[in-house]
Amino acid sequence: MDTTATTPAAPAAGTTADEASTPSWEELVSSAMLGTDRRPPTAPGGSATARDLPGALLDAAALHTVRRRAGLRPGTAAPLPEPAPEDPRAPLPEAARLRLAQLLAGRTAPSPAGRRGAAPDLAELLPQWLALADRYGYKAPPAALPALLDAARARTDLRPRALRLAGPRGLWLARLNPEWGFALRGRGAGGRLPSPEDAEGVRALWDEGLFAERVALLSAVRSEDPAAGLALLASTWSTERAEDRLMFLDSLRAGLSDADEAFLEEALDDRSRNVRATAAELLSALPASALAGRMAARAASCVGLDRTAPTPTIAVEAPHECDAAMRRDGLVATPPAGRGERSWWLGQLVEATPLPSWPARFGGRGPEEIVALPVADDWQGELHAAWCRAAVRQRDPAWSRALLGSPSAPPATGPGTSSLGERAQLLSTLPAEERARWVASFIAAHGLSEAFQLLGVCAVPWAEPLGAAVIDALDIAREAGSYPWSFSGVMGLAERCLAPEAARRLESLTARPYETEDSSPGAGDYWAEAFQRLVSTLGLRAAMHAELTPPPPPTASAPAPAPGP
Amino acid sequence: MAAPTFDDMNAMGVRWTAEQVLALAPDEASRRAGSKLGTAGPWSETGCGDGAVWGLCKGSGSTPYRAVVDTTGPAYSCGCPSRKSPCKHALGLLLLRAADGIAAEGCPAPDWAAQWLTARRGRAARAGLPAGDGPPGATADPEAARRRAERRAARITSGARELEQRLADLLRGGLAVAGQAGYGLWEETAARMVDAQAPGLAGRVRELGAIPGSGPGWPVRLLEECALTHLLGRAWLAADRLPAPLATTVRTRVGLTAPADGVPVRDHWLVLAQYDAADARLTTRRIWLHGTTTGRTALLLSFGAAGRAPQLALPVGALLDGELTPHTGSGQVRAEPGERFVPVAGPVVPPAGGPVGTALDAYGRALREDPWLDSWPVTLSRVVPAPAEYGWQLADADGREALPLTPAARSRPGLWRLAALSGGAPVTVFGEVGHRGFTPLAAWSPETPGETVPLT
Repeated sequence: MDTTATTPAAPAAGTTADEASTPSWEELVSSAMLGTDRRPPTAPGGSATARDLPGALLDAAALHTVRRRAGLRPGTAAPLPEPAPEDPRAPLPEAARLRLAQLLAGRTAPSPAGRRGAAPDLAELLPQWLALADRYGYKAPPAALPALLDAARARTDLRPRALRLAGPRGLWLARLNPEWGFALRGRGAGGRLPSPEDAEGVRALWDEGLFAERVALLSAVRSEDPAAGLALLASTWSTERAEDRLMFLDSLRAGLSDADEAFLEEALDDRSRNVRATAAELLSALPASALAGRMAARAASCVGLDRTAPTPTIAVEAPHECDAAMRRDGLVATPPAGRGERSWWLGQLVEATPLPSWPARFGGRGPEEIVALPVADDWQGELHAAWCRAAVRQRDPAWSRALLGSPSAPPATGPGTSSLGERAQLLSTLPAEERARWVASFIAAHGLSEAFQLLGVCAVPWAEPLGAAVIDALDIAREAGSYPWSFSGVMGLAERCLAPEAARRLESLTARPYETEDSSPGAGDYWAEAFQRLVSTLGLRAAMHAELTPPPPPTASAPAPAPGP
Repeated sequence: MAAPTFDDMNAMGVRWTAEQVLALAPDEASRRAGSKLGTAGPWSETGCGDGAVWGLCKGSGSTPYRAVVDTTGPAYSCGCPSRKSPCKHALGLLLLRAADGIAAEGCPAPDWAAQWLTARRGRAARAGLPAGDGPPGATADPEAARRRAERRAARITSGARELEQRLADLLRGGLAVAGQAGYGLWEETAARMVDAQAPGLAGRVRELGAIPGSGPGWPVRLLEECALTHLLGRAWLAADRLPAPLATTVRTRVGLTAPADGVPVRDHWLVLAQYDAADARLTTRRIWLHGTTTGRTALLLSFGAAGRAPQLALPVGALLDGELTPHTGSGQVRAEPGERFVPVAGPVVPPAGGPVGTALDAYGRALREDPWLDSWPVTLSRVVPAPAEYGWQLADADGREALPLTPAARSRPGLWRLAALSGGAPVTVFGEVGHRGFTPLAAWSPETPGETVPLT
């Protein structure tokens, strides 16, 4: 094998008297293969008797072998790889570099026998570490790139940040190993987008680029200058393929404004049904649009106050048909299996109706009051669910607040929705602090068993009073004698999301408590272990933060002192 | 690197980095388990001082494990039942120290730790030999030892004759026979060599048996290795007529343990690489060291019975102050470590190297001293890893000459670390060069010359 690149120099050294009397290597090999009985090698100097033939052959072969090995010369070099592009970003601080190695090494560690023990789960901290490193704009240490790319290959959620950290050298490396092909997908050979100000570059890539490049380009331009993005898309809109149009239209979601209305209104007549539906959905998120006005008019004819009732009540008269105009505005005429078509149409209508149009319809009542009104004929569930979808789609905090209701009220009795999934979505429209407050009150009132989904939409690290509420609730659960694994989901979230400062509050809980009669056997130990893990994970996260925080820049007047004495 | 060095008083306080600690792990599983224990959570009563670290680690049992590490050895003690050394608790403890997580620094050790430390260090000082090894044969009857050695030499001699005979028979009938399925000569011959107390010959014969299944070109390789085995057998039979250093090498190759009786060398040793090779019977650990003042490269071997990690473990990239006793014999780089290896601070400078051509020259020269060498430790400077048609190679930065990587090295994850470190630019690489190609073991980038990147 080695002879493909290293060549023996011996033959080139010229034939000496010694070599002339020795059989050639090829001769030796063929004698050895066939056997000296059948093919005796040329006897060196005729000295060896027939009995010694094998010995003489091995002597000669040993000489050849050692001579060949000693005379090995390098082979010709293959073309050297193109050097990786420079990465001007700052290298990681030493401690952070070591931490990354530790997190990457622990990534694949399986939890022994399914039990989590008192040690932190390193794999779960990698996403957070990557997010932090990304925020400060470091580049990855070259030696860590293979492990980083492996991690990104295994977990798609890590990819964007891992690849940003890996930078140009990561892409350079990925080109050499087919296993890391994912890193190159959606990138051209250059892997670089022209800056949105570079009008010529943008135009060239938009006209000639691959689909993925064009999607990336459009969203980059759109996030910089929404009007320019729209103009770019409009310039080639009529010639795009239907499935491409759908993807391009979707990237208008970012920076959507009334300026996009005319374009979207036109797209309502598109040949593709999916394009029409997406255009309608985008328009309905613009309360001032003509579509929103049409929807409001339709909804007004279906939902209103029942003047005949003794107390103010909402009366609902679901649409009797889904006409062509309604279908043009994005309503889907055929309901999914098991749903009545009239209630299906009503739901879509209300969802696409701008929420600010309702107070006028209900005598100037605000969202809270409207949500509190009784609804006739069992339409409440349908109507409130549609309002929830509208509040999420139109990002309307006032309506979200009204539909969420009071966090401490028992979920089934309040107005709005009792579905945790819908509540989580509604919460996501509220400002981060308000979200944390609402969830904290919810946990204080109802405990942790239903809080998992709601906690998932809270901003990390958890703002107070949310952190305190979670810790108190865990403490209560422990004293109530439950096992910690009933709360493993929340525990895992807490490890990743509690503010590291919360560790102080937890120290006292890590001690192993007395086992009382009513507690579950052994639960105390497990709780102590779970809290230990929580505390040490928080410690680790605090360390991660500290390690990644760049040192303060040296003041301009005093340049960094030269190292050494 | 203009970093000032600490004076010797601080030497004991130099701690290993997390990377170096992880490099001590006997296997991947321990590395992961150790990583998990490298945080304060499970630990209590941790402390360090006087070249040792200790602490209590809560395990699954009711009493915590007592873990102590003597960083001057290094040596480990732990109350856990694990057969690995260092165990995950010792690794966790060292990681904790690397992360500044030790509660009490510079305090005296508690009794349970001090007892072990005193016993270990006392034993080492008395014997002047690595702790844990058996007592030297000094106390035994020298006459009886001589007779034993003679008896063994006689058995090896008859084994070598038998091997010669078998090789001659094979050559008479033709090597093609050896390629046929069910050819049982090798296993049986290897067993005969074990009986003859010549493990070196037995190992060679087993390797001969694997060649016919090793792919295209096997007849040539088989002839080469048969010839070298024949050369070794002949050399043993004529050892009394060889120059003394070569005779020692022949004895070592046949499988007699040569004593490490060279002149001890004290230096600051840079740990270049540590890697294990295991077969069904034995795990062999190789540790390459480079003396920063003597420029000497030394190989430490450590063995573990099947499935167990060898005792000796040194952190790659660390600088250790200590004494090595070289084995004698021509072309030998093996040495025995002294008892105390103390981590010291100081600039890490990669060994001086040259282009790929000089590496092959060095291998060629080494073959003059020991023709059975499969590879030789070399440092390549300013080389670029490059993908070629048949695999990867290391090419001189001028793009003219190149060395292929060995087939084994081409499939190791270290290859990708090497490629990443280089990024297409020249790097310094330490490794073993031989007739099969080059095996990279450690690398340094010009951007971070003080950081030894392990490739094993």
